[in-house]
Amino acid sequence: MAVLSPTQPTHRRGGRGASGPRPPRRVGFSQRLGRWDVKLSPYLYISPFFLLFALTGLFPLGYTAFVSLHEWNLLGGQGEFVGLENFSAVLAQPVFWKSLVNTFSIFVFSSIPQVLLAITIAALLDQNLRAATFWRMGVLIPYVVAPVAVSMIFGRLFADQYGLINELLGIVGIDPVGWHSDRIASHVAIASMVNFRWTGYNALIFLAAMQAVPRELYEAAVIDGAGRVRQFFSVTVPQIRATIIFIVITSTIGGLQIFDEVRMFDSTGLGGANRDWMTTVVYLYDVAWGNQKDFGRAAAVAWLLFLLIVLIGMVNFLITRRISTSGPKAPAVSRRHTRRLLAQARAAGGAGTAPPTPAPAPAPTDPTTDREDRR
Amino acid sequence: MLDSTRRTRRTRRAVAATAGVTTLALTLAACGGDSEGADDGATSGDEEITLTVATFNQFGYTDELLAAYTEEHPNVTVKQVTAAKSEDARNNLTTKLAAGGEGLADIEAIEVDWLPELMEFPDLFEDLADPELEGRWLDWKVQQASTPDGKLLGYGTDIGPSAICYRADLFKKAGLPTDREKVAELLGGEDATWDDYFAAGKKFVAKSDAAWFDSATPTYQGMVNQLPAAYEDPETGEPKDLESNTEIRDLYDQVLAASVDDELSAGLKQWEEDWTAGFQNNAWATMICPPWMTASIEQNAGGVEGWDVADVFPGGGVNWGGSFLTVPASGPNTEAAKELAAWLTSPEIQTKAYENANTFPSQVEAQASEAVQTSVNDFFNDAPVGPIFSARAEAIEGAPYKGKNYFAIHQGVQDALERVDIGGDDPEESWKGALDTYASLGL
Repeated sequence: MAVLSPTQPTHRRGGRGASGPRPPRRVGFSQRLGRWDVKLSPYLYISPFFLLFALTGLFPLGYTAFVSLHEWNLLGGQGEFVGLENFSAVLAQPVFWKSLVNTFSIFVFSSIPQVLLAITIAALLDQNLRAATFWRMGVLIPYVVAPVAVSMIFGRLFADQYGLINELLGIVGIDPVGWHSDRIASHVAIASMVNFRWTGYNALIFLAAMQAVPRELYEAAVIDGAGRVRQFFSVTVPQIRATIIFIVITSTIGGLQIFDEVRMFDSTGLGGANRDWMTTVVYLYDVAWGNQKDFGRAAAVAWLLFLLIVLIGMVNFLITRRISTSGPKAPAVSRRHTRRLLAQARAAGGAGTAPPTPAPAPAPTDPTTDREDRR
Repeated sequence: MLDSTRRTRRTRRAVAATAGVTTLALTLAACGGDSEGADDGATSGDEEITLTVATFNQFGYTDELLAAYTEEHPNVTVKQVTAAKSEDARNNLTTKLAAGGEGLADIEAIEVDWLPELMEFPDLFEDLADPELEGRWLDWKVQQASTPDGKLLGYGTDIGPSAICYRADLFKKAGLPTDREKVAELLGGEDATWDDYFAAGKKFVAKSDAAWFDSATPTYQGMVNQLPAAYEDPETGEPKDLESNTEIRDLYDQVLAASVDDELSAGLKQWEEDWTAGFQNNAWATMICPPWMTASIEQNAGGVEGWDVADVFPGGGVNWGGSFLTVPASGPNTEAAKELAAWLTSPEIQTKAYENANTFPSQVEAQASEAVQTSVNDFFNDAPVGPIFSARAEAIEGAPYKGKNYFAIHQGVQDALERVDIGGDDPEESWKGALDTYASLGL
């Protein structure tokens, strides 16, 4: 640009002049090419992703919408156009609504403890441990275990009559829990499989974020006399807020798509005789490949689920935006607080003869400083 | 859907690992092609061709056995593709059929339970009816794979004629006879009825800690398979209204009276962890037992001595499971494939398959063969399983009518039974649930 800019004015002047000879076309074309290069090439470089996305994401999305408007049998293929009939049929099915409630319940039982546990584990791993890599890799092991294997292990644990957990409860004198007959118990059991698999993975992402927190902040906090817990809540958590938002959103999307664990929780894989732990994705599978073989309705379920995830994603977005805007607000309050403290100190100073210097002392603990540091 | 869980309990688990929302969407999209059959391949006798046979689990077709076909037909090479689980094979078959038949094997093995849905689209398969092969199979086996207008979709391979397996050691402790002929008598002998079976159960549970059978659903399964037309009208194919279907309601009440009121059921759902553990914990004493179930019992009850098989079944003969070989119409060498399918299901080859993998043959001649008639099962106290299951197969009178909605309705009733038998719900409430499920099918 530095080379080009001095020449530009002359060109322009020439162009504006009544009938001055234009610059040679050859140069113009190569310039135009150059301009295209600057303007287009970023899009070209990113285009493979979007082409692939269009092919494997956008097209199926659109085609599923097309299928959902038709009668469509697994083997028979496309049938008549039925408009929104599939949607109304699905919405009228009690099992669909039950599956939605199950999905949310399992999601709550999995995602919330998962994020809390992960952040705690990450905080522990962030300390000075001997053989740190060993411990850090250790938490990732459950993630590497195949879901089928996880389900088989948990199947033994959560068996109703001869399961390990119920036997242990029996030793302590607690009545056995009906993991496959009590609705909430089944959700807890499935959520624990999900948590087993994903907590370590999330913990590692948290850990990576925590390690990027400048160590000076902790030193400053220590100097100010903050304990471990106070450091965690006042330094670590605000510093890794972006990561928390990321984890919350990904685990929400994952939580709404729980499938494997439910399929393998019992031998029929459809959520029990009462569909007590059938998630919406399993319902979708059952409609398409189960006894109904109705792809039209299954596509309608897929779209409803998609809309739901988009909706929840938006709610998530709004909430997290509130969190991020409430961030600066919090220090504003404490700044007011410090100002009041300062005023009090000054008043005290005015009354007595003490110098006004002690007042700025609380400033380092003021969260505003870490906000500025971040910037 | 107990029917479809035959052979391996992992069939269900298998599917689970493969799917996710993205793939669901993709597969939905991939199934848009019209499913017209491609060109009818007619090959001349000596062109070099390769035929693929797609099977699952264990069909007993070894490489040597397939090589024998090449010896007879030098121009034909036979390749076998084996899916580990029947559910994998089923997904593969239906997905590819929906996509127009591209990528299917020349011969596709199917289970009897897949037939109702495949029967809806008989043009996807070659008609295998062949006057020369008449009388090769048991009549009901052919009937299972025949469309109403007489098309034959598959050649029968194995069958599942059910007997009663029992724990002789538990019988002895409860003061019941242990000898397999005496047990058959105890359960009613030739004209055994379900009442006989349940009455013997009451005697047993009075003196034993164990239950009489594992759960209500397999028992109901045995009973419902004895109705010629359980849920649908064979004339029209229309579903019968479940609420006014007294036959089903009677069975429902009968099974639950025995299971819950008389406490004959152990309340352990088949293929579940608790169920497999139940074998080691002496949880029940008898089971409905097709030939393939003996393998599952042996596998789960390792170390338990006392299992035996009685040549008896309440209410007459019943088939549970069994497979066929079909020839998809879209294949390039359908004629040659037909010939191979006929060869593979011939009595001689099925006898060998029985020796290889214990698949009980559906061919009359194969059952009469020495290999089958002399076969015994060590685990079941050296029971002569060949003659026993042959006799059970002979006792089967016909194939019950199963239309396209059979399994959807059946599932609803089974769930209702399970809610009461295992979940402890009220039978009347649970039946209402079945009616709701039926209504939501929108038939």
